[in-house]
Amino acid sequence: MARYDRAITVFSPDGHLFQVEYALEAVRKGNAAVGVRGTDTVVLGVEKKSAAKLQDSRSVRKIVNLDNHIALACAGLKADARVLINRARIECQSHRLTVEDPVTVEYITRYIAGLQQKYTQSGGVRPFGLSTLIIGFDPYTGVPSLYQTDPSGTFSAWKANATGRNSNSIREFLEKNYKETHGQETIKLAIRALLEVVESGGKNIEVAVMTKDQGLRQLEEAEIDAIVAEIEAEKAAAEAAKKGPARDA
Amino acid sequence: EIGCRVQFTEYIQKNVALYQFRNGIPLTTAAAANFTRGELATALRKNPYQVNVLMAGYDKEIGPSLYYIDYIATLHKVDRGAFGYGSYFCLAMMDRHYHSGMTVEEAIDLVDKCILEIRSRLVVAPPNFVIKIVDKDGAREYAWRESVKPDATA
Repeated sequence: MARYDRAITVFSPDGHLFQVEYALEAVRKGNAAVGVRGTDTVVLGVEKKSAAKLQDSRSVRKIVNLDNHIALACAGLKADARVLINRARIECQSHRLTVEDPVTVEYITRYIAGLQQKYTQSGGVRPFGLSTLIIGFDPYTGVPSLYQTDPSGTFSAWKANATGRNSNSIREFLEKNYKETHGQETIKLAIRALLEVVESGGKNIEVAVMTKDQGLRQLEEAEIDAIVAEIEAEKAAAEAAKKGPARDA
Repeated sequence: EIGCRVQFTEYIQKNVALYQFRNGIPLTTAAAANFTRGELATALRKNPYQVNVLMAGYDKEIGPSLYYIDYIATLHKVDRGAFGYGSYFCLAMMDRHYHSGMTVEEAIDLVDKCILEIRSRLVVAPPNFVIKIVDKDGAREYAWRESVKPDATA
């Protein structure tokens, strides 16, 4: 096995590209990121490591704009993310320049995934160590979308998904609890999913909401705290309701 | 040149937008003007753009500013500027009537005076004009001054 995992351009005898799989490992070690699509809103949430006291937390934005109507969050190597995001931003403007139309979410996802794939088939380079969650609205139909890409260069559309640390638990939670939501409900669902694996509190979560008319809006810490409090209250009420009838009987 | 103008100004537009996404804040007017001049200068001795630009912008701290950028990459910050065959007439009117601290109404009035001069003095005067305003609320079309209305069927 040792001989087949050094170079990206070499398959192993049982058909694995080890470097790509190791890149997926790097993603699994990255901070959790979750995305939820509603009928008129799409939400991205990212786990935030507690900031060092002297660090200016505003300089570490994990959810970024690619264009007025497209945003991206990722899990994995953040330095690789910067490169990918830069290329995607350039492509968004280049597309506008050549065809006089903003990109669709699928187009830019395909572009990013294509870029990630290119680096799995070249000599002397390694794959990008990150998976991305891309959200946005179709510029003409206004339909919201959520896509995910990974280091191998595959991509697909999702109603809700998670990547990074403990993504399996988050995905299980979403599978159990997903329903079509809009507005505030979508935001709550995304935060509830993230709270499954993150200590609660506004300072450990970064949340951004995209709507068709207002574009991307980063939620303030106070707002997130308020929603978390709501969620905790609902959870407590549900617990109490479960216990109540049982005791009477 | 029409082709150069479209190509060049759209290119500048998209690069200004890209800057904003990359850096989270918009380019200042001065920076955008210098960038534009740089692009013109780089192309000048190989494949020049035949485009003259008057760039108007509003920055929160600085207020409004106007830059005169011509096709051989001259850059100058000005209070009033004009390009084209009618520029001599316009500059003359502006020299006579401009004073600093004009209100929007006075400025529109001055623009109308210039349009009048062009219509009466210039042999090849264009029939229609559009007036745009750039201020703290962004750039917007303010009015048209049309002597030939567009075809209803067109």
